Amino acid sequence: MNFVLQAQGITKSFPGVQALKNVSFSVSPGSVHALVGENGAGKSTLMKIISGALASDEGTLFIDGEERILKNPREAQDLGIAMIHQELTILPLRSVAENIFLGREPRKAGGILLDYAALHTRATDLLNQIHVSVDPSRPAGTLSIAQQQMVEVAKALSLRARVIIMDEPTSSLTSRETSTLFQIIGELQKCGIALIYISHRLEEIFSIADTITILRDGQTVHSAPTADLTPDSVVRYMVGRELKEVFPQGKDSRGDTILRAEHLSGQRFTDVSFSLRSGEILGVAGLVGAGRSEVARALMGLDPLQGGTLLFQGEQIVPRSVRAMMRHGFAFLPEDRKAEGLFLNMSVRDNLAISMLDRVFPFGIIRPRLLLRLIRDYFHRLNIKTPSPLQRIKHLSGGNQQKVIIARCLSLKPRVLILDEPTRGIDIGAKSEIYTIAQDLAAQGVAIIMISSELPEILGISDRILVMREGKSVAILNQGEATQDLIMHKAAGGTSWE
Amino acid sequence: MGIDSTHRRFSWKGALARHSSALIFLFLFACFSLLSGRFLRIGNVVNILEQSSLLAVVAIGITFPIITGGIDLSVGSLVALCGALAAGLVTGHAVPVPLAIAMVLALGALLGGINGFIIVAGRFQPFVVTLATMAITRGATLVYTQGRPISGIPASFTFLGDRVAGIPVSLLILLIILILFQGLLRFTPFGAHLYALGGNEETARLAGISVHWIKIGAYSISGGMAALGGIILTARLWSAQPQAAVGLELQTIAAAVLGGVSLAGGSGGLAGTLLGALLMGTLANGLNLLGISSYLQQVIIGAIFIAAVMLDLWTKERHGESSQGALS
Repeated sequence: MNFVLQAQGITKSFPGVQALKNVSFSVSPGSVHALVGENGAGKSTLMKIISGALASDEGTLFIDGEERILKNPREAQDLGIAMIHQELTILPLRSVAENIFLGREPRKAGGILLDYAALHTRATDLLNQIHVSVDPSRPAGTLSIAQQQMVEVAKALSLRARVIIMDEPTSSLTSRETSTLFQIIGELQKCGIALIYISHRLEEIFSIADTITILRDGQTVHSAPTADLTPDSVVRYMVGRELKEVFPQGKDSRGDTILRAEHLSGQRFTDVSFSLRSGEILGVAGLVGAGRSEVARALMGLDPLQGGTLLFQGEQIVPRSVRAMMRHGFAFLPEDRKAEGLFLNMSVRDNLAISMLDRVFPFGIIRPRLLLRLIRDYFHRLNIKTPSPLQRIKHLSGGNQQKVIIARCLSLKPRVLILDEPTRGIDIGAKSEIYTIAQDLAAQGVAIIMISSELPEILGISDRILVMREGKSVAILNQGEATQDLIMHKAAGGTSWE
Repeated sequence: MGIDSTHRRFSWKGALARHSSALIFLFLFACFSLLSGRFLRIGNVVNILEQSSLLAVVAIGITFPIITGGIDLSVGSLVALCGALAAGLVTGHAVPVPLAIAMVLALGALLGGINGFIIVAGRFQPFVVTLATMAITRGATLVYTQGRPISGIPASFTFLGDRVAGIPVSLLILLIILILFQGLLRFTPFGAHLYALGGNEETARLAGISVHWIKIGAYSISGGMAALGGIILTARLWSAQPQAAVGLELQTIAAAVLGGVSLAGGSGGLAGTLLGALLMGTLANGLNLLGISSYLQQVIIGAIFIAAVMLDLWTKERHGESSQGALS
């Protein structure tokens, strides 16, 4: 067969870690090759090697059947390999066209002046090629994340890429944007461009991939055409064990109503009502932009509530500040782990301890040994894996990072715990652990509000589900009656079910 | 679960990587010792320490706003204002010296706190706010002194600029505040929250840290240390000069940066700042001893500054780990 890209026997180790061990795979033109594996399985390392950002210790790369040694990303680009990173590299203040041709702007007058007219027309051509209608003169920062991704695709096309690597491209897209992206991927395939598609979302992979390669602990455990695999078998290969109970079945631990929201309104939401009982998990479903995070932020005192009443244990409260709400027993796990949840350059210990210092050390002097003991306790309870409490948290996997933030929430001894997309971008093993933690907390009487865009997750874990649409609460469904279809219809505004 | 013990073993290599300016310091020290016979005498070393202590005190103060990711440009003017007020209180109003010192320190902390308050309440850039208060404070000093020096300071006050058993009093003051504030940074929630705030303000807010008060506290410390600097300066000069400490704010920032404190916030510590201040003091002293003209001195100081920053960057890249944890 004719492959555009072939990797053979790729091996790479870092001090103390064997990141990749004899990994091989190949990509044929016009196909989508999905790469799956838990965090730490070696996907990113492999992609860095293929895109020229990292050199392998052993193994060879063939591009169009020719052996190549890539010294830097520029060489990979020149040979037609482009990578679209999960965190987009858009310059927000420059125009779409300038972003697409950054560093390769068309020039005139012997190379002295930028040729804005040519820049504009070429950018328009590229965007048309993938059927994206975006004004190329708009500042790229004003585009939605999905549109910015399209700009990255256009940039890859402008480089005449023949292999495009996409790392978790849908992690912040709505379902509509995702289907647009898939159409574009289809267009790219028709042009003979190959895609390497990295994702945690098996549903997506099964709908677009031709081939699936599964990595575990730096090795290829399986590689096969999608038709020969099932989601269950892929999960089995990924974790290396049977994961029957992704969603632990908790007993109904619901107690009295602890929180009642009546006709709340605030920034980008109006007329949101719900109630929450202690020991209950209330899932919050809705499309991106439905106002779910905004409600959470207002409940936590981050943004002002503009109307409605909030009753906590029967008494009316007004969320004025995060600190005030924490004193009421509220804790919050924010949606954006890196920007809002973590102090990336600080240690695991400091990230975990930061909210409890005032309470544990009322005299204002930290006792390091006591602190370490407290922290170890959380390490055990939440199964947090780190080489040392002094390890900088940015070196931990997403799942462990998330568990550290959950530990920080728990250190506040919460009565009401608000989790905003707690499993975003973490591997399936860690997801399952987080579900178990949530169930255990509910069993101990903590009331949990869990916002999630993954319907199977919402359905699996919630006692009741609040559905939001365009800033309003449109339905509250009990566990028995909720289905994916029903939730989607409520969330997207379908009428047939009402 | 493999958890390291709390005790971190000290390693010279690690310490040098964290404080690469120590290398430059040792290098300069060696050069000056070889080039000038007078440099290494005890008397001269004490001189350097005494001359650096004022800069070090103010630089320790300014390190706090810098750790939050801010800056305090008003410290130079504040040194002048507080120095003049202290002189005025003990001469014109005949206020007892300890009371006058306490009042001036409190005022410095208050004025610094006001900087912090304006920054927090108006959500302004610290650079802009303290640029304005720098002008206001300098103007207030000129108004208060009517542009003239204040002299006739009693001996009970100038004692602070003197020596006891050959040891400069200002050096003892420096040691005390160093220990005090190092403890504040390393062993209190305030210190931990300060680093957290500098690392990521939004995360700090979401973690329930009272971001506003921490910031106001940081600027308050900066103001208080500037006031202490003013007191030391007045005591040393036996008079208060309205144009004292012009440009000192830039020297303090330079000392902090030389000591590895990141202007982006979230990292660095007082040991580094102290080292930076000593480095600048040593440089000035050594160049003077070598008889290099003060014009050329500025060129050399600038060049060494660039070299130090480059070396810092280089060693940090090689060692990967650089910034210090809040509690470690």
